[in-house]
Amino acid sequence: MTDDEEMSNMAGTLAEKVWDAHLVRRGTDGSPDLLYIDLHLVHEVTSPQAFEGLRLAGRQVRRPDLTIATEDHNTPTLDIDLPIADLTSRTQIDTLRNNAREFGVRIHSLGDADQGIVHQVGPQLGLTMPGLTVVCGDSHTSTHGAFGALAFGIGTSEVEHVLATQTLPLAPFKTMAINVEGELPPGATSKDIILAIIAKIGTGGGQGYVLEYRGEAIRRLSMEARMTICNMSIEAGARAGMIAPDDTTFEYLKGRPHAPEGADWDAAVEYWRTLRSDDDAVFDAEVTLRASDLEPFVTWGTNPGQGLPISATVPVPEQIADENERVAAERAIEYMGLTPGQPLREIPVDTVFIGSCTNGRIEDLRSVAKVVQGRKKADGVRVLVVPASARVRLQAEAEGLDQIFLDFGAEWRNAGCSMCLGMNPDQLQPGERAASTSNRNFEGRQGKGGRTHLVSPLVAAATAIRGTLSSLSDLDLPEGTDITSFDGTPLAPLDPRVLVQV
Amino acid sequence: MEKFTTHTGVGVPLRRSNVDTDQIIPAVYLKRVTRTGFEDALFAAWRGDPTFVLNQDAYRAGSVLVAGPDFGTGSSREHAVWALKDYGFRVVLASRFADIFRGNSGKQGLVAGVVAQEDIELLWKILETNPGTEVTVDLVNRTASAQDVTVPFQIDDYTRWRLMEGLDDIGLTLQHEDEISAFEATRASWRPKTLPARTLPKVEIEAARPVG
Repeated sequence: MTDDEEMSNMAGTLAEKVWDAHLVRRGTDGSPDLLYIDLHLVHEVTSPQAFEGLRLAGRQVRRPDLTIATEDHNTPTLDIDLPIADLTSRTQIDTLRNNAREFGVRIHSLGDADQGIVHQVGPQLGLTMPGLTVVCGDSHTSTHGAFGALAFGIGTSEVEHVLATQTLPLAPFKTMAINVEGELPPGATSKDIILAIIAKIGTGGGQGYVLEYRGEAIRRLSMEARMTICNMSIEAGARAGMIAPDDTTFEYLKGRPHAPEGADWDAAVEYWRTLRSDDDAVFDAEVTLRASDLEPFVTWGTNPGQGLPISATVPVPEQIADENERVAAERAIEYMGLTPGQPLREIPVDTVFIGSCTNGRIEDLRSVAKVVQGRKKADGVRVLVVPASARVRLQAEAEGLDQIFLDFGAEWRNAGCSMCLGMNPDQLQPGERAASTSNRNFEGRQGKGGRTHLVSPLVAAATAIRGTLSSLSDLDLPEGTDITSFDGTPLAPLDPRVLVQV
Repeated sequence: MEKFTTHTGVGVPLRRSNVDTDQIIPAVYLKRVTRTGFEDALFAAWRGDPTFVLNQDAYRAGSVLVAGPDFGTGSSREHAVWALKDYGFRVVLASRFADIFRGNSGKQGLVAGVVAQEDIELLWKILETNPGTEVTVDLVNRTASAQDVTVPFQIDDYTRWRLMEGLDDIGLTLQHEDEISAFEATRASWRPKTLPARTLPKVEIEAARPVG
């Protein structure tokens, strides 16, 4: 038996199976493997220099039919029918449009129903599916791992490499199983699971690993809730996070514009069912978390690992033994303008941002609407609701969610990355504090001097009502309100005859 | 890509852990469409602080950054590497790097060397005691030296070879084009293609307007 045969006969993890199925060439003498890329998503920020590189080298896009572009990071969420006011943003978007035209790449531009955050556009078009390799010049590409795809962010040089060759040289990774046992308590969501995982393993804990989320709590989650978890794998330092595909995955996919049809669908599902880690597969590391112990998580600091249950208090640095962590905590508390020992629930916010590739999908908007319906936001709090894509926006409007948000006192916007990273005009002012359903609480991420607390959509909703960091248990919810099935509710089956679907 | 064998330049101690890519270059600078000219954007938020290390004369011309653990976490923006290079940095030393940042560095000729945290502390002490001290980074022997101290650093063999030869990744891969074509010929028909484009019906999007 050769080495290769021996390898393929060994029990494998999900990630290893997908890797092996894309091996163009196995590396020798320390050189990396060459992996084929099934789907390349492109946006305006990390691509201009890559297209420029192709042009300079006289190269073409090898597979425009495996490439798709959209505009998201820079796009304004107001007045999208007017010329973009910020000249550099406009130039960057124009550059993408010109490059797409020149190289024959499909693009969904501002004003198109399929424009939106790239990590929403792939799944909603049915382009993201199990067993693929998916890349994008964006670290939150890990989102697509929720379908059982091996999906990861790449830098601009790699974007150019994939455009030119449809492959990437990659060094092997290690695998980490993250078992989430039990059942989430009412009011807790998949966002709280991932924030708890990051707090547990740290922002560097996943470095060099592909994470596989497993266990009862994960299996119960809807597709969209799974995307939230995989999305934030990068915040634990992992390039990719995966969840084995199952009936929830297949149901989400079936009937979407690019989902396989007929015999192709059957062949695909048969193959997809093999995409799970074998029972005797060996992971390089394992972590276990009990979902039933979780309560809503919020971050207090300036990295996503600095999170605590909402009933906790701001840490007291003197009580932190590790010097690096203590210094980091001191610096974070100072930047965030907090007082050690202060209850998290007493922290007042200026802004609530609901959106992003982490929590800007229809299910997130429905959860928020369920909580804020018939109420008014707290005085002085700005509430921004930004759908992840134009289709999500249309769907929300078809369900009347936009009116619920407007009546609540929130602003209802066009799709895009928006205040998650403040590349467009949606930014925090210096010293302003936000509860945000996004993914990063880095210093200045949402605007220079801005302060970010990462939260779930339910915590964002409760916070918008009360004006301080809050969870559903702080609200007087009407008798009989179901607060357990936000994440579990599957999306309505996609009916191609219905005009607007997400 | 420029070949890299050894480099000697002023060492800059950056006593911070978790220096994320938003600190290295804030998103507002990512709107440019060029690959150079990012030197003003490097550590933009901190550059306004007169006590920040790069605002001190002795370190201003630095080219070897000695940073705390988990350098380069966060986004995939290669602009972080461009900004470091445009400023004049050729090497970053830290005890841990974010994966994407490390990968991006290797592709752009920036050496990201992994040094044990105790050796980082040693270098910090030298560079802080004698600001302006030069560090020699020897990629052949994988060592960094300052004054009489020499510490080893790790970098994977393949990246090191490419950096030393100054090789372009795309050119290397295209040597295997026949293997790529052979792989493509076996691609299952259920796997998606973006073209011809399939979408749900086109719908007019109404622009949201400012409130109040």
